[in-house]
Amino acid sequence: MEWSVNESGVLIDVAAQPAQLCVLRAAVSTWCRSAGASAGEADQISLAVDEAAANVIRHGYTDGSGRIRLKAWRASGRVCVVLEDDAPQVPLDEIAPRPLSDVRPGGLGVHFIRTTMEEATWSHRPEGGMQLTMSLPLASLVGPSGAGADAAQEAQCDD
Amino acid sequence: MIDSGSSGLEVTVERRDGQLHIAPCGEVDLSTSPALRRALQGALAEGAERVVIDLAGIPYMDSSGVATLVEALQTCKRQGRDLVLARPCERVASIFVISKLDTVFTIEMDPGV
Repeated sequence: MEWSVNESGVLIDVAAQPAQLCVLRAAVSTWCRSAGASAGEADQISLAVDEAAANVIRHGYTDGSGRIRLKAWRASGRVCVVLEDDAPQVPLDEIAPRPLSDVRPGGLGVHFIRTTMEEATWSHRPEGGMQLTMSLPLASLVGPSGAGADAAQEAQCDD
Repeated sequence: MIDSGSSGLEVTVERRDGQLHIAPCGEVDLSTSPALRRALQGALAEGAERVVIDLAGIPYMDSSGVATLVEALQTCKRQGRDLVLARPCERVASIFVISKLDTVFTIEMDPGV
């Protein structure tokens, strides 16, 4: 895994392998805490990243190899995350949570992502591959007292 | 019995008062859930009316781990056995709430949680 952190956020480039998920989660959680997220918020974001990356590994790179790139930053009182891959694109309307009343193994990843993050939007990258944009407001930065915390950061979550 | 594979997940299986007590230890994700699945399949081959999966040693679980436990629950139901999830930490317990599986599984919380 390669990663770099600066005042703009964090960039992570990791092999799309199951064994890398714990490393990815740890890196994301560590950065989230340094960006002001509570332990619970860092857990939520790292779970969403785990589920998204696991979906790429299971359903995207079917030949067993590929890379996942993650960018995360803080803007307007929220943590924004973009996850990109180079896997074959899937129809966007196929990315949907299944009914929870249907109790069976599997199919909960998208539900977990949508539940733990306030925003989660999948799109096709023009150059190929998929992109997932997610964001979560940080409770400590929301409201009048926290509104100025990101005043110096003009970046928005739509990047 | 202790199953320690290369996955980093260890699973201890014991008989306690006629119950099957299964205690995995480690994070459960796409990398380690196959090892948990194998261990549960092996353990469930042993007869016992009540099966307890002690989650106290699991600090993290994603949807692949939940899927593995749902599969174990379905196996137990087919066999007419009771399956109980015991002592999940707050983080793992929240996964079952999010997926609304807290009403499907019997979950016994740690008194200290």
